[in-house]
Amino acid sequence: MAGSLTLWSLALLQVLVFIAGAPLLTGWIRRVRSALQNRAAPPIWQPYRELAKLFRKNVVLADEASWIFRTTPYVVLAATVSAAAALPAVATHLPTDAIADVIVLVGFLALARFFLALAAMDVGTAFGGMAASREMMVASLAEPAMLIAVFTLSMTAGSTNLSTAVGYILHSGLVLRPAFVFTLVGLLMVAIAETGRLPVDNPATHLELTMIHEGMILEYGGRHLALIEWASEIKLMIYGVLIADLFLPWGIATRLTVPSLLLGSIALVAKLAFWGGLLAMVETHFAKMRLFRVPEFLNIAFLLCLLGLLSHLILEVAL
Amino acid sequence: MILVLGYGAVVLPFAAALIALLSDLFPRTVRAGFFLLLAAGGGVSVVAGVGCLLTGGIVTGQLGLGLPGLAWHLRLDPLSGFFLAVTGIVVVAVACYGPAYVRQYQNGQQPLSALGFFTGIFVAGMQLVLLANDVFLFMLAWEIMSLSSYFLVTYQHQHAANRRAGFLYLLMAEGSALLILLAFGILAAFAHGLTFGALRAAHVPVEWATAAFVLALLGFGLKAGLVPFHVWLPEAHPVAPSHISALMSGLMLKVAVYGFIRFVYGLVVHIQWRWGLAVLILGTVSALFGVLYAIMQHDLKRLLAYHSVENIGIIFMGLGLSMIFIGTGHPVLGVLGLIAALYHTLNHALFKSLLFLGSGAILLRTHEGDLEHMGGLIRRMPQTALLFLIGCLSISALPPFNGFVSEWLTFQTALQVSVLSNTVLRAVLPVSAALLALTGALAATCFVKVYGVAFLGRSRTRRIRHAREVAWGMRVGMGLLALLCLVFGILPTLTIRLIESVPRLLLHRGLPSASVHGWLWLTPVSARVASYSAPLLVLGLVLMLALGYGLLHPRRRRAAIRRSHAWDCGFGGLTPRMQYTSTAFSMPIRRIFSPVWTLKEQTEVQMDDREPLRVAGIRYQLQISDRIWPLLYEPMARGLQLVTRRIGRIQTGRVRTYLAYSFFTLLLLLWLVR
Repeated sequence: MAGSLTLWSLALLQVLVFIAGAPLLTGWIRRVRSALQNRAAPPIWQPYRELAKLFRKNVVLADEASWIFRTTPYVVLAATVSAAAALPAVATHLPTDAIADVIVLVGFLALARFFLALAAMDVGTAFGGMAASREMMVASLAEPAMLIAVFTLSMTAGSTNLSTAVGYILHSGLVLRPAFVFTLVGLLMVAIAETGRLPVDNPATHLELTMIHEGMILEYGGRHLALIEWASEIKLMIYGVLIADLFLPWGIATRLTVPSLLLGSIALVAKLAFWGGLLAMVETHFAKMRLFRVPEFLNIAFLLCLLGLLSHLILEVAL
Repeated sequence: MILVLGYGAVVLPFAAALIALLSDLFPRTVRAGFFLLLAAGGGVSVVAGVGCLLTGGIVTGQLGLGLPGLAWHLRLDPLSGFFLAVTGIVVVAVACYGPAYVRQYQNGQQPLSALGFFTGIFVAGMQLVLLANDVFLFMLAWEIMSLSSYFLVTYQHQHAANRRAGFLYLLMAEGSALLILLAFGILAAFAHGLTFGALRAAHVPVEWATAAFVLALLGFGLKAGLVPFHVWLPEAHPVAPSHISALMSGLMLKVAVYGFIRFVYGLVVHIQWRWGLAVLILGTVSALFGVLYAIMQHDLKRLLAYHSVENIGIIFMGLGLSMIFIGTGHPVLGVLGLIAALYHTLNHALFKSLLFLGSGAILLRTHEGDLEHMGGLIRRMPQTALLFLIGCLSISALPPFNGFVSEWLTFQTALQVSVLSNTVLRAVLPVSAALLALTGALAATCFVKVYGVAFLGRSRTRRIRHAREVAWGMRVGMGLLALLCLVFGILPTLTIRLIESVPRLLLHRGLPSASVHGWLWLTPVSARVASYSAPLLVLGLVLMLALGYGLLHPRRRRAAIRRSHAWDCGFGGLTPRMQYTSTAFSMPIRRIFSPVWTLKEQTEVQMDDREPLRVAGIRYQLQISDRIWPLLYEPMARGLQLVTRRIGRIQTGRVRTYLAYSFFTLLLLLWLVR
């Protein structure tokens, strides 16, 4: 019993560290990007300051906003944190991993998005509807691509549970699988689209017509906005950890001893720093695409994931 | 005892139908009595169904009704029990909803007695189909169900569109009945007798079994609304009164699914994997096309009808996967697929009925079925809005609601391809799973559109602005379904333990691995492969919501939260017409998948007469029609017309010729029978 209590408290601790550390990743990406663009960088804890400022501020609601608008920030954060809880970040085989597999994780992100899109339509402006429509368009193309990627990996490992999949990949050692190469590229493209980064969406824009995610939360302020911002920072980290788990799981703690947990944390920080740097590179090198180029971008991601799946079936299973 | 309850499930709605005939004499008493009897019938059928699922027993009976020498054989086994329970739940909800809803027809052009009579007969017919144990009774009940629902579709026959929809429906229903009869005929040719037991015992060669399977797939597929036979569905379901739409979309399509399962799993028995592949492909196509057509609709009930096509597609995907695994010798995975299909059947019955009842509530209060005219209903009808939201979340397959569980099970089934040795199958299954993922994502898009345009934002018309909440009975009916959507989403393991007795009957094995870790954990194959714990997730979600709200919501401040105008770019004066409409919302999807529909887009720009560069007005027209009509049905209709015209030549109009025809026919028959 004491063992399971330790496990649950470790799992809880992992989730808390995850959500507390998420703004740091955003700060890191901004820093790298500033360095790449020869700008003076804000301090790395700037996102925390922004969150703190927003939490202190009062909420102003639009005239037409209903209870959907007011509950959405809480639902979005809760759903995103649930998704994060299902993810083995520092250590595998924690009890929370078994609660939800990777399909449930995708489902929780979809739940958060569903409510965010509804909240955008709740205020009754053209911006909200436009952004909601575009976000759902992007999502309805990105989500199947992501699921195919996940299917490929779970068919390789014979499991949709992330802990088991990580264990399998660690166990089978360093093998170059053609399926994984396609899937990795496809999943990276999906991650860029889903987290609303350049070249699909611009997280820093002030032009209403060019933005997707920011357009949905245009009417939010105060603690509501803080919750949503925090949730999207967590979401960015979820994708980073997911990709790290599936393609670079080395270092993650498979036994619950202090040294291996320390090693797992250090490995996680290194992987996330790499992921952030990669995103910052992409954001610096590409301009934002026109909206109707986005489906083409996502179709390529979809095709790459499908190619990964087929090459898994043809090259790896047949042998 | 349990069979008596089953009889009750048929007799009570039938009695309700009979007393409905009196409703023009004593409208108030009869209405109450009618819906009480209907609810009693539903309740009895839930008890009978659940009882049968719990015990797993089979009871048979025989009634000396019908033709001489052809007694009615009835049987209640877990398969019919499951469908009886599903039907019963929805019938109870509709019976709560009905009294307040049908009041609008009281002084209408059509007698209320007709509506009540055919509703009762319709429900009784569906229940009788589920209990039938011989071909004769099955077809009889099937026709009772089809014909009575024809009269319900054409209930408001003053509109020409309704009559046309009714005719199309009748045509398709009869076509389906004919195909099913032929399918039974093939089996009966090898059997001694017409009872299902005799058909099951018959030794049918594979070629003939395949022919029977194809006929059954076409026949039941027509009735269930698989693509390309779905065309009657979006015409017929929306024009019926809303509680009837709920019964038709929620239940009648399920009866077709029942028929298919009974025929394939219960009568043909020796399932080939090729059949499963055909079912899987048809199901996948239906799911994808159903949702793509649904997104383009702006009439709420029509949109929901297209979503029925999608969901029937998902159910058939589960069945197809199950048949593939059974045909290749993996019965455990076959059980998993069957359970996924049955689970989705249950879920679709619940959330689709809920959504149709919700659209009926909107229709009742606003007389508006077009999304483009709605908006802001969440403030006028707050409770209906909440219940409708639960329906939207469930149908969009979002956790922790019930739609997610069944799609998750379907995914898990499709992912077990590594046991298959056929490479084609190994490639097809994951691709169909990917298309299911696309379907789910598009369904979520569609329901963001529906909910956002209808319930959120500002009201677009005066009628919507003056809407009121509906009567409590209607809310209770919807609330029951919404509650069950949540319950079946949170307790999947217990539900599966109930459903399990169906595969135990049909495939002689259950799915013990699903519930081996207790009611908290759902592990369809094994804990290593996949696990899902909905209760713990919901607990976590609720805790987090409570914690977030408790920490962040200011308690001390009494002043209400400040309200202000939404951002209008500094121009001021936002009007409801500036909001995104349903057509605008679906525009990106329309552009991406444009080859799917026949689109006619017209934009007319009118310039000002005095100032040549100033635009005076823009007129935009968009017409979206089903590709299937010009591709399949119009050529078919033309061909049929050509043939009949040729045959028509033998009609000379002279009595002598007709007498000669009769004479020669008689001779031919005598020669044949000799």
